[in-house]
This record gives sequence, C-alpha cells and structure tokens, in this order.
Amino acid sequence: MRVNFTVNGRPQQADDVWEGESLLYVLRERLGLPGSKNACEQGECGSCTVRLDGVPVCACLVAAGQAEGREVVTVEGLAAYARHRAGRPPREDPAELSPVQQAFIDAGAVQCGFCTPGLLVAADDLLEHNPDPSDADIREALSGNLCRCTGYEKILDAVRLAAARAGEAG
Amino acid sequence: MDVSRTPTPLSQGSRTPGGIGESTQRPDGTLKVTGDFAYASDLWHEDMLWGTTLRSPHTHARILSVDLSGAFATPGVYAVLTCADLPAATRYGLEIKDTPVLADGVVRYHGEPVALVAADHPETARRAAAKIKVEYEPLPVVTDEESATRPGAPLLHPDRTDAHAPHVPHPNIVHRQPVRRGDVAAARAAADVVVTGDYEVGMQDQAFLGPESGLAVPAEDGGVDLYIATQWLHADLRQIAPVLGLPEDKVRMTLSGVGGAFGGREDLSMQAHACLLALRTGRPVKMVYNRYESFFGHVHRHPAKLHYEHGATRDGRLLFVSCRIVLDGGAYASSSPAVVGNAASLAVGPYVVENVDSEALALYTNNPPCGAMRGFGAVQACFAYEAQMDRLAAALGMDPVELRQRNAMSQGAVMPTGQVVDSPAPVAELLRRVKALPLPPEREWESAGGPPDIRALPGGLSNTTHGEGVVRGVGYAVGIKNVGFSEGFDDYSTARVRLEVVAGQPVATVHTAAAEVGQGGVTVHAQIVRTELGVTQVTIHPADTRVGSAGSTSASRQTYVTGGAVRHACEAVRERVLALGRARFGAAHPAWQHAELLLEGGKVTTDGGEALADLADVLESEAIDVELEWRHRPTEAFDPRSGQGNGHVQYSFAAHRAVVEVDTELGLVKVVELACAQDVGKALNPLSVVGQIQGGTTQGLGLAVMEEIVVAEDGRVRNPSFTDYLIPTILDTPAIPVDVLELADDHAPYGLRGVGEAPTLSSTPAVVAAIRQATGLPLNRVPVRPEHLTGT
Repeated sequence: MRVNFTVNGRPQQADDVWEGESLLYVLRERLGLPGSKNACEQGECGSCTVRLDGVPVCACLVAAGQAEGREVVTVEGLAAYARHRAGRPPREDPAELSPVQQAFIDAGAVQCGFCTPGLLVAADDLLEHNPDPSDADIREALSGNLCRCTGYEKILDAVRLAAARAGEAG
Repeated sequence: MDVSRTPTPLSQGSRTPGGIGESTQRPDGTLKVTGDFAYASDLWHEDMLWGTTLRSPHTHARILSVDLSGAFATPGVYAVLTCADLPAATRYGLEIKDTPVLADGVVRYHGEPVALVAADHPETARRAAAKIKVEYEPLPVVTDEESATRPGAPLLHPDRTDAHAPHVPHPNIVHRQPVRRGDVAAARAAADVVVTGDYEVGMQDQAFLGPESGLAVPAEDGGVDLYIATQWLHADLRQIAPVLGLPEDKVRMTLSGVGGAFGGREDLSMQAHACLLALRTGRPVKMVYNRYESFFGHVHRHPAKLHYEHGATRDGRLLFVSCRIVLDGGAYASSSPAVVGNAASLAVGPYVVENVDSEALALYTNNPPCGAMRGFGAVQACFAYEAQMDRLAAALGMDPVELRQRNAMSQGAVMPTGQVVDSPAPVAELLRRVKALPLPPEREWESAGGPPDIRALPGGLSNTTHGEGVVRGVGYAVGIKNVGFSEGFDDYSTARVRLEVVAGQPVATVHTAAAEVGQGGVTVHAQIVRTELGVTQVTIHPADTRVGSAGSTSASRQTYVTGGAVRHACEAVRERVLALGRARFGAAHPAWQHAELLLEGGKVTTDGGEALADLADVLESEAIDVELEWRHRPTEAFDPRSGQGNGHVQYSFAAHRAVVEVDTELGLVKVVELACAQDVGKALNPLSVVGQIQGGTTQGLGLAVMEEIVVAEDGRVRNPSFTDYLIPTILDTPAIPVDVLELADDHAPYGLRGVGEAPTLSSTPAVVAAIRQATGLPLNRVPVRPEHLTGT
C-alpha cells in the first residue's frame, strides 16, 4: 500500500508498504530516517518515541497506515520544530540544535546514545507543556523511556538545564 | 558534591584547552542528539538482504532431520544455511572453541542457532525461517550442580580437549579455581564468633539498548567487509576468519555505532552468520535482532549459589573466610574460566583475611550460556560477602560500617592470592564518606503538605499506599574489582597517532581499534592527545582492524590500556617533532639542546613556558605518523591448587549507602537514595566518570530488586522481553550522589584507576542490606521480589 503523511514538516510518500509494517519501520527503512531507534519494538523502551499530530507515541506500536494524512515529528526534525514553536524563522545554520538537544550534550546525558532520540522527543514534549517541571514531573514524563547507561541523573540534569535556560531567555 | 583531588604529576603540560582532567564534551554528542549517529542497526546498503536466525525451542535435543524446502520456496528468499553449509571451522569461542556456528546435530540450550535465512525483507526472512521443519528428539537436561555432576549425568561436551579439562573434578565443570592461604582449621578453632550463610544470585541480563546488529558486504577479492557493534574487533576477527575459511586480512571489520554493551558483546552473536550469508549470496546482508531474539543472542551474568563462613574475634577482627561459589555457565564456555578466576580471587572482598579457603567453579548445563557482564564474577561474590559482614556485625553487636572499617584493606595489604596491593586502597575512607553524608528527609511524600505525593512512595503512580506500612532502612556495602585482563593474559593495546599541518594548523589524528560503546573512550583519547601534543584539533579515526588490536572494551580497562597506548604513541610523536625542530631551528636557540621541551598551545616551549617555534613551522609539510603497542605490567596465572599468584593488574574500590522505603504489607521497595564513593585514581573526564558511576550503580540496583532472566526447571527462558524482564526506569532510580576520590596509582597512566565496574558491585548488597534493616528479613537471594518480603 501507499502511505502519505508529513514528516518533520515535509510531505512524504512511502510505496510498497506492507500492512504489518510499523511507522518505525517506514521511517527507518523506507524514508531514510533512522534517528528513531529500535531497541525493543514492543512499546516498552520509548527509544522510538515520535510526535504523531503532536502526541508522543512509540512509533513501533503505530501501524504505518495509521499515519496516513497525519503529521510526524522525529528527532531529526526536533531543532526545526523547536524554532517553529518559538515563533522564530527557520534555521539558517543547519547544525543549530534545539535547547533540549544542547542541554543533553552539556549535562553529559548522552553515553551510548541509543535512548537519546526518544528521550529528547519526550523531554521536548514535557517542556512544551510544562516549562518549569519539578523533579517528580520530569520522572513521570520520562518514565516510559529506558536508559541503560546513565542512571538517569544526567538526564534529569539536562531537562533541568533546558528548563532553566528557557526561563532565563523567556 | 565536593570532589577531592590529589594532584597527579603530568609528564606534559595540561594548559592546552580540552586536555585531561576537564569535562570536555563527547565528539559524537551532536550526532547522537540529532539522530545522525549511525548505529549498527541503522546501516543500509544498496541491494542489501536481511538475515534472520532460526533458533532451537528445546534446551537439549538431537536434530533428527531438517527440511528447508518451505523456506527455499518462499519468494524473496536468497539463501538458507545450516551447519551442513559451513565452509570451514564449525565452532568458535572466546577461549574454548566449543560453540557451534550453527547447531551440528544437537542443540544444548533454548535459543541455540540452527539455521539462517537471507531474504529481501526482514519479515520475509522471518516467515521463511518459520517454514523450516526441524525434527527434534529431546534429551535429558542438566540445569544445576546436582544434575550436572551426579553419576550418569549427560555430558555437555564429552570430548573436551581444552586446557582446563585435565584439572576439573567433572567434565560438566568448565573450570574450578581454589584459593587457599593460612590455616582455616586453626582459625576456626580460635574464632569467638562464626557466621554462615547460603546466598543466591539470579541471572542478570546486560540489556544494552542497541540490539545485536551489523552489515556484511562481500568484496571483489573474495573477502568481506563487516560493519559491526562489538566490544573487541580483533577478537571477533580471530573467531570469524576461520569460520569463513578466509585469511584475517580478507575479513575487514569496522566498528559501527554501539548502543551499549556491558559485557554482552564480548562473544560473537550475528557476526559470522551475516558474513556467511553475504558470501553465499554475493549480496550485502544486514542482521538486526529484535529484543526477543537479543535475550537469546548473547550470554548473561552467571547466576550463582554461594556458601560462606566467616569467623572473627570478639572485637571484630576477621580470622578466616571459607566459601564455595558455584556459577552456572550454561551450555558453552564463553568467558566462564576467567569469571571463575575473578570470583575465586576476589571472594573475600576488600578485607584483610589471613586464613582463606575458597573455591569457585562454573558448570556446563543446558541453561542459557553465561559469560561477561559488568563486574564479571566479582558481583556475585560481593553480594554474599557483604551480606556476611552484616550478619557478622549483628552477631558481634557491632556497627556494620565499623566492622568493615576495622577489617578494611589498605595499600600494602596482601590478597588471599598472596598479591600485595601496591597502590592506594582507601576502603575505610570510602565507607566513612558515604556514611557521613546527610540522610535524605523522611516521609518525603508529606513534604508539600496536603495529600501525600504518591510519586515518592513505594508503588508510586500505581497508588498502592499513602504511607501506611512504609518503613525506612539504610544499608552499606563496599567492593573490590580487578581492572584489566588477568592471570597472565597479554593485555596490550595499539594506538596510531598522526600529526600534520592542515590549513596552517597542527592537527592530530588518533586511530585505534578500541570499541566506543558509550563509555566515552573517544572523548578521553582526544583529551590525552591535547595534553601530550599541545594541539587543540584532534580527529578520532573510526575504529577498525586496519590498526592493531586495542583489546576489549571490558574489565574497566580501556582508558587504562588504550589510553596508555595513545599516550605512548604521542610521546613517540613528540620525540620526532622535537628531533625535527632541533634539525630545523636548533642553532637558533640554546634551549633546543639543553632544556626540557614541551608541546603546548600549538608551539614547542621550554618547561619554563618560553615559546621556541610554532608546531606548524616545525612540521611544515611533514606528517609524523606512529603506531605503537603498549602493555601494562604483566600478571601471573593463579596456581591451580592454591590460587596463589600476582594475577591482577590493578584493583578498584567503591562503597555505597542505600536508603530504601519498603511497603512491608505489599512487599514494594522504593530506593530513596543510593550514594556512592569511589576512588578513580585520576578522573580524566570528571563528567564521564560520574556518569559511569551512576550508570553502574543503577545496574546494581536492578539486580537487587528487579532484574532476572527467569529460567524454568527445564532450562527454557520465560521472560525474554522488556515487558517481563524489568530494568530500572527513571521512576525506579533514586538520586545518586557521587563522591570521587583521586588517589593516584603510580603504576597507571596519569595515576588513573579503571572506573566502570566497581560501582556495579556494592550497589546491590547495599540496597539489600537496607531492605533487611527495614524488614528484619534474611533476604539471601537477589533480585528481592515482593513475595520475599510478604512471605506470600
């Protein structure tokens, strides 16, 4: 079957998609967007988290056909999405990161990095809805994202840092 | 938290920005946050096929027949392979070549690979594999020491020729290592107090998030290029090439992005399989395990049964320790012999004990194969000896921390193996530091006033309690881990460093085969080069087999050994730079001949800081390129009867204090805080060091209260998924304050001490000690489950 949907602001068309293929498979293997990760493919680890019409979902649990006509944001589109949300013009420097991406680097929240794309999408969604989260809020929002390397402390630091920087800027 | 520092003298200046001791950022950080970092499962090649593995549903069975016709008849299938198709060697192994590439007539564990399929879509490959008909005749299984060693027990490997075979008491024992020192019988007679205990550790999984994966591309010369996530490229190469029947130079391996490892990538998984399919089809073949298959696709931490006896004087001085550690190695050897060596030699912990009678052994059974996981034999022992120390403290009526401190080893102590600990061993100080930390406030869930914040309670958002029946406990533990490969292994690494001028600026390139698995080796290598060569621009070349072996990214060794190799290569590059400088400018300034010269900030300077020449002017168009091996001090094998010998390179120490709150009615545990103090010798990258300690601590927490591969009585794995095998989430993981000591080890590069594993040891027993304090229960088994707390 053919699936038409919008990915990171661009219309995309995927052909020859099997009915059983997940949105994650189509993103990774048919559209050349492997940033969303395949750590469990059963909705337990959150490493494939994307926004589907703004809602964070595990792309591995969404049938590709369910994305028909809808808008998907992946980690690859996070920086542009953050700028658009802030009402700023599109990036001139394609290397510019979103605030939460930069905070993950600065806080040392990235080790192997396999959980990072999903955590970034989830953390960005949290900060969009709750710009000044408590630690308990952060833990609750990121509880669907497994990380095996960091022990989560630096991830908490990163979200706090992104929130604090937004507060200073805002 | 304060970070205390003991200055370490550097052979080279540290004034170049981004050198060692700074928390520089990862060179791969930006790629990892944008989704552009290419992990092994992200690789793609034009015309590539997908490989899949058919695995055994039985734990022990003879294969009577295999019918491949259904798979071959499936449109889109390009190859189907069984052991009959193997071109050369049919077995491989890290130490003992006992593991079939594909099952050869018998399967010995649930999940053993039987056949391979390559097809044009992963689902096609899976469906074709499901059409392969294998007729099995089940065989009797052995699953524990009793069934493996009783008379008439089926032998897993009846014709063993490995080096351990002549020394083991039974052919189903992979390796056994006693360690004997002093006179335990006399000490037992003299002891005022003796405590005994039996302990059990469940099977833990590494649960790295990036699944086993790789891409094999056949080459025109008949060889193959393999892009792979692994921990040691050259060990893979040494095992793969004979299976393919190719010389090693025709198997070219490149490290792709690795999503964590923790020991689980030391053994081969799909490496040889993907190469076999690629060579058979003439097409690139990608293999990616899903999570279910990953649980069958790599070895796990050895489950263990441990019997301990500790004797002490009335005033709390340890007189003897006697113990027996039985590790379940599963169906194939993997790294069981080395795990046994660790468990035996580290069995009494970081304590001074003059009389020791210990032994560790690993079994062959029909359970899943076990091998390397972070902590490697020392984790199991630490859970037991720390439980014993608490039991002894209770019997003596003594504070458990004070008992530990009274017996703590320090520099100059003698291990049960006879080895003298010849670098700092601040065991008592680490305990003092975690104990001195303020305790987290009690009844945090009430802190906001109003209704309780259930997120701070055991059971959390499941809303199981509002604080009724919740009891706090505090527990302590400390552990000892060896760093580096032991027992006489030639544990070297290789580094190639190139220095040249690019666009007017000196640029260094580091090329090693060291596997970056997330720990930050690439960060540290660049820091070492900046410190040693005084350049700011450092390029990290992708790791591959075009440079000599770096050894394994395991045993907390890579910063020590490959870091040491990078430093060594830099020193050679510096000598060549200075020789070049003397030839070109020596006549211009007497310091070229007489002063101690450094490379700093892109210049050659005197040790007084006077600049003599720009590096760019010294080098001009010349590129200096050096590849060198580097070794740490040699170690010795342990004597097979007494266990005596200088078997280890370096020891590392960490201590934990755990604070838990337990819902005693429902058996739910919330770890409130898990504080760690660790000596790291020298923190080359403090941010990464703390990240390692927090990550290791969290894996220890997982073993304490969550993580176990449940193996049924018949050897079948019951929970191969993240739905049923639970690793800590951010809700399960508490605040982890970290106190880093830096007491230099004069034998190691920059005084550093391997960091990664020690925090995984003491975390588990500290959490369980805290639960014991809260509940008064003995809790001799990990992971602790709710039913252990409620007795239901």
